Amino acid sequence: MDVSPSVMTDPIDALRDRRADFPILGETVHGRPLVFLDSAASAQKPVQVIDAMADTMRTQYANIHRGLHWMSERTTDAYEAVRDQVAGLIGATAREEVIFTRNSTEAINLVAHSFGSLMRPGQAVVISEMEHHANLVPWQMLRDRTGIELRVAPITDEGDIALDALERLVADGKVALVAVTHMSNVLGTVTPARRIADIAHAAGARVLFDGSQFVVHRRVDVQAIDADFYTFTGHKLYGPTGIGVLWGRRELLEAMPPFLGGGDMISSVSFERSTWATVPHKFEAGTPAIIETIGLGAAISYIEAIGYDAIAAHETALVDYALQRLAEVPGLRVVGAPAERGGVISFTMDDVHPHDIATLLDRNGIAVRAGHHCAEPLMRRLGLSATARASFALYTTREEVDALASTLTQIRGFFV
Amino acid sequence: MDQDGLYQRQVIERARAPVHAGPLEGATGRGEGTNPMCGDRVRIGVWLDADGRIGTVRHQTRGCAICLASADMMAGLVAGQDRIGAATMGRDFTALLQSGQDGDSCPELRVFAPLHRHRSRIRCATLAWSALEAALIEAPAGTPVGETRDG
Ligand SMILES: Cc1ncc(COP(=O)(O)O)c(C=O)c1O
Repeated sequence: MDVSPSVMTDPIDALRDRRADFPILGETVHGRPLVFLDSAASAQKPVQVIDAMADTMRTQYANIHRGLHWMSERTTDAYEAVRDQVAGLIGATAREEVIFTRNSTEAINLVAHSFGSLMRPGQAVVISEMEHHANLVPWQMLRDRTGIELRVAPITDEGDIALDALERLVADGKVALVAVTHMSNVLGTVTPARRIADIAHAAGARVLFDGSQFVVHRRVDVQAIDADFYTFTGHKLYGPTGIGVLWGRRELLEAMPPFLGGGDMISSVSFERSTWATVPHKFEAGTPAIIETIGLGAAISYIEAIGYDAIAAHETALVDYALQRLAEVPGLRVVGAPAERGGVISFTMDDVHPHDIATLLDRNGIAVRAGHHCAEPLMRRLGLSATARASFALYTTREEVDALASTLTQIRGFFV
Repeated sequence: MDQDGLYQRQVIERARAPVHAGPLEGATGRGEGTNPMCGDRVRIGVWLDADGRIGTVRHQTRGCAICLASADMMAGLVAGQDRIGAATMGRDFTALLQSGQDGDSCPELRVFAPLHRHRSRIRCATLAWSALEAALIEAPAGTPVGETRDG
């Protein structure tokens, strides 16, 4: 029999075999196969990550950067190798520009604290209307601490950053930093990072991108987008919790004071004064998340082996398919219609509250998120108190999207 | 569709067509319950008669079916109760949600018993009761007789 090439190269099916790498996908929930559509909150872990972490603890573990013994040196090598991997992943030119943090939230707090301490009252930070609380609250705290101004770039009704408004917001030259998401966790919007960076730089501002969602779906090139800071979080990238990344331009990191003080971040200490280690260690106080960092390294290897081309093709096709299937559900409204969308779809349904949707989907084995998604100001902007959100990962299948759509149709029938 | 008994007909119908929803003009006690996890909100308006018994309760609810039905059923059930009676009902209701066991003062509320298997949703059902508690703290007894209290 003839197998048509279009079937063979279907980008959604192309990753089907990868599901076997994720042991949890074999679990059942309420007696049904798990349909996990909440990967934007945190992704499931492939066996390669699980094994890398377990093997570290079983065979090659000690504290790093301090031991003179064999185990410590080997573990230090494994940990530092992940810094090179991250640099390669995002196109950093120097490994020293990669700082390990606990998560994206901590990475942004680091910048708000340390870069923020170089800002003067009267200067401003610009964020957008669709930021996760992680890229909002740290700037409010900085504002309240130091008297800087916090400006908010509006979004369009489609869910894109209004670039003309952004241009006006930076025009007075007082803006020190534009800090915006590279992909919205609510609307799925992929923001035009290079254009935003150009707008910021033309006004003398630096730019930070919250890449927590983007890095899962597309290749990041911090040079191509001309970023000054970039953050992401390991657990959404098929890695473990407890490890995140801040990338920053070396000259900025060198000018910034440390964030946390303690061991590992010093060069010398006396009771009178201490001097700081060079970057990146200046920003990595205390024993880091060694095992989790090694887990992140395994996740990056895993993704690089599959390749972002295949990941992005799978996701684009799946999002198109899902939008089409969801359009068939009576009363369902997809929130936002951004120019470019990653694998995140928020929706509401007439007469059915997102919580009821999520509970009823869960009873049928389907995990989605419902609520404000840590973006309350965005919800207010959209005139909503909550949405339901389905989000996709490289292991998501067409059949799972079908299950979502048909169960939503049943739920709607149940309420109306 | 499997729904684990959570959405009994009565719950869905109450949520769709609540009978005690809306503002209460002339309320002497007002209270609000919010769930920061999801942004749901119940506002309660209440007035007490001269004996300290609940006259009318109305609610303005932004929330899920469970939250709405619970608020609406509560508003009907607590009318005529004094503060202690209402508090006892609230406590029994919480116990029912946590254990799934009957034996409470309000058999009508047993439709919410399956929530004990859905811990993350219990707050949806208790939100109105927290709002009522706040409203009753504020409300003085002894509303003048004859005044229109119905919103
Ligand atoms: C866009 C965005 N930014 C930041 C975060 C925060 O990530 P974390 O909680 O790992 O710091 C998230 C995830 O919740 C997110 O989706």
